[in-house]
Amino acid sequence: MSGRPATESLARDFGLTAEEYGRVLAIMGRAPSLTELGIFSVMWSEHCSYKSSKIWLRELPTTAPWVIHGPGENAGVVAIGDGLAAIFKMESHNHPSFIEPYQGAATGVGGILRDVFTMGARPIASLNALRFGSPDHPGTRRIVDGVVRGIGGYGNCVGVPTVGGEVNFHPAYNGNPLVNAMTVGIAPADRIFLSAAAGVGNPVVYVGSKTGRDGIHGATMASAEFGQDAEEKRPTVQVGDPFTEKLLIEACLELMATDAIVAIQDMGAAGLTSSSVEMAGRGGVGIALDLDAVPQRESGLSAYEMMLSESQERMLMVLRPDREAAARAIFEKWELDFAVIGRLTGTGRIVVTHRGRVEADIPLAPLAEQAPLYHRPTAPTPSRAALGAVADPVGIAAALLALIGCPDLCSRAWVWNQYDATLGGQTVKRPGAADAAVLRLEGLRRALAFTTDCTPRYCAADPEAGGAQAVAEAWRNLTATGARPLAITDNMNFGNPEKPEIMGQFAGAIRGMAAACRALDFPVVSGNVSLYNETEGRGILPSPVIGGLGVLEDAAQAVGLALVPGLELVVVGATQGWLGQSLWLREIAGREDGPPPPVDLAAERRVGDWVRTRILAGEIRACHDVSDGGLLIAVAEMALAGAVGVRLAASPPVGTAAHAFWFGEDQGRYVLAVADATGLLAAAAADGIAVLRIGSSGGDGLTLPDGVTISVAALRAAHERFFPSWMDG
Amino acid sequence: MRAGIVVFPGINRERDMAIALARSTGRQPRMIWHAETDLAGLDLVVLPGGFSHGDYLRCGAMAARSPVMAAVRAHAERGGYVLGVCNGFQILTEAGLLPGALLRNASLRFLAMDCHLRVERSDTAFTCRYQRGQVFRAPMAHGDGNYFADPETLDRLEGEGLVAFRYATPSGEPTAEANRNGSARSIAGVLSPDLRTLGVMPHPEDMVDPLLGGEDGKPLFDALAELAA
Repeated sequence: MSGRPATESLARDFGLTAEEYGRVLAIMGRAPSLTELGIFSVMWSEHCSYKSSKIWLRELPTTAPWVIHGPGENAGVVAIGDGLAAIFKMESHNHPSFIEPYQGAATGVGGILRDVFTMGARPIASLNALRFGSPDHPGTRRIVDGVVRGIGGYGNCVGVPTVGGEVNFHPAYNGNPLVNAMTVGIAPADRIFLSAAAGVGNPVVYVGSKTGRDGIHGATMASAEFGQDAEEKRPTVQVGDPFTEKLLIEACLELMATDAIVAIQDMGAAGLTSSSVEMAGRGGVGIALDLDAVPQRESGLSAYEMMLSESQERMLMVLRPDREAAARAIFEKWELDFAVIGRLTGTGRIVVTHRGRVEADIPLAPLAEQAPLYHRPTAPTPSRAALGAVADPVGIAAALLALIGCPDLCSRAWVWNQYDATLGGQTVKRPGAADAAVLRLEGLRRALAFTTDCTPRYCAADPEAGGAQAVAEAWRNLTATGARPLAITDNMNFGNPEKPEIMGQFAGAIRGMAAACRALDFPVVSGNVSLYNETEGRGILPSPVIGGLGVLEDAAQAVGLALVPGLELVVVGATQGWLGQSLWLREIAGREDGPPPPVDLAAERRVGDWVRTRILAGEIRACHDVSDGGLLIAVAEMALAGAVGVRLAASPPVGTAAHAFWFGEDQGRYVLAVADATGLLAAAAADGIAVLRIGSSGGDGLTLPDGVTISVAALRAAHERFFPSWMDG
Repeated sequence: MRAGIVVFPGINRERDMAIALARSTGRQPRMIWHAETDLAGLDLVVLPGGFSHGDYLRCGAMAARSPVMAAVRAHAERGGYVLGVCNGFQILTEAGLLPGALLRNASLRFLAMDCHLRVERSDTAFTCRYQRGQVFRAPMAHGDGNYFADPETLDRLEGEGLVAFRYATPSGEPTAEANRNGSARSIAGVLSPDLRTLGVMPHPEDMVDPLLGGEDGKPLFDALAELAA
């Protein structure tokens, strides 16, 4: 073993506790080398080991007849019909995006793409769930600008359309924005590539970009809070190269059409370490790496640096030995590095050699099996007192104009106008056209729908209700297009898990999500956990972001939210006027109070299935779920999307105030637009579904029941003002 | 009509283009790797959109020096048809097959949205299925679509009728607001003097299907389908 041995003090600098370092010593039977300590510290980091979250994640349902691979692989895989599988996952790049917004977001997109195409899928769509600090906070504009440019800069160039996502603001994200990137790909269901290595003696092949010093210890950085030294962490952020990623996609897919690949995994967090350790570990084999063969961008890289580098656009593969030459030819055509850097062995150990010296020699089974696993203490989130009556200080029309223009509800066109959503020639519903993005599958009638959802203010007030709501809203958004929801990926963004109240939020959110997943037959097939989202001890709102996937047999059946003149509008689902944690309460009454709206999962399922049946029967011309801002915001968004007015004629039930009726955020509701509501109302009565006729479309103004009219032009001006004036003004 | 699509490393709209061509012509175009040099038998060569070589030097600058480009030049000199869309338009200007250059958008931001194009002449092989003055919709998706040429070149293009399309309002007015990327004289598409090479920034190939937002771009491909074999 070369170099000086590691010490407990160095281990602490690498993020290992004294107890964890003790385990390292027990496994090794001696002090580890620097490289070995680096390998242990990244593999046992929160980011790679899920040591605080694993025991809770086991509570989530992960199976269904259509699930091909659940959590544990690079991404989740579900059967979607026509012999095809959808492969998808969401992953956070929160910490790097705070330090260096452009590259942090760009490499987030690149990393999630690799998780998907490493399994044999051509990526067809990306989405991004973004949460930023208050618009008034001095750092927010710079972060928004960099993140949006980074997502566009990478996604537009790599050639995968960015078709949806979310953007929200809250002061809790001032020092810790969330950038959660999701990618969906398509592959033949019987041609899925996995990461378990097999075949002693088979070559281990490195392809893609060269290795440099960027991103060393990125996984460890992502597993710690930020202090005032965040700027100093910039060297841990990786730099993205979407052009190389595009070549890597094409080269890998070309190779995957042959029978050369035994196993393949991208080099993501913890780079060469995690890919080699996980591939060999899952396959129950050993691996010997010769780092002299690794393509290097700069001279003088040490073994430690190469094993921990997070240089982007790199993949590790195990090939059939007789296919090595053919594989090399493909990568040479695409002008990418291709290097045999090792062999599989029967030793059950990872042995890393550099310049003729053994730099690391670690038994793989204990590295995985004795990884720390914590059942950290939890403290329940105190329940919020009921809201009681809240007076309306401004009236319905003024509240509508204020809400439709507030940062959390205004038009996101400024953002999505920087993302190429039409690339690929299959985008049926672009951003803003429907509750979920809808893409047809090339050459087929079949289409997929995608969405990302979470309402963190609900989660903060009641993690369990908020967790259930996030899953239910994703299911509802897919349903509103006519799609049958299939499965989700989750991105659990929370604060410091060593604080019982944070672990309590995590556990509560998981309980709510699990209940919703079961009630809606909507299992979790992949996901990512991002903890330590804190700066100087202040945590973010608990944000379990859900990425949902659904399928439509025929793309032509998809409906959007845009109205045309001459339709009748009906709200489906019960409206009681729940103002607790609503945007009306925050924006108009200036309070962030009360419990969030409860989610009745049985009603959610019944109402959603009924709505989807009506859509697929061709009865529905437009559909929009009722979410942030309530019923009147939903109607206004439908009017804006169609550039047509609406005359409202509904009145609140006895005992419900007008502002609670129009802006309450009761769950499980949809606004449907139909040519003639008579049949729909009769069907609802027969099926026991709560429906209420609320008005009709036409003209160029939104007319409230009291006769006050706001022109669609005035609504649009209010809706579209914020982003351009804030960012470019 | 036999069409080929050149695939440079980093190109990403070649499939969109193939779908649009196949929809109008009824046959699959040939995919041509940028290192190939034999374009024999093709009536139309298309340089599609994307980020050839990552756009890392100047958009299209490296692709313009690819082995295939000498063959594209010879094809054009033989009177063959050439269509360059987005990055393809940038490559044609970098190769000197069309005048001018595409600069960074005036807003300094990537622009991905539908725009409206006014057809400036309808007597070309590309535009004969449109009426002169007709406005059609197409998505744009570019960071560098701001057409630039010196005043003499712009005057010559106008004088010789080589402006194919201008950015306009839905009613056909070439206003500053409709010209989002800041192109000189709202120019969105340029023809060669023999009217056989066309460069255009927006993507008519992504507007050929009613399910995907309309068929505004289809007349361009229907026109190309009629090219004599």
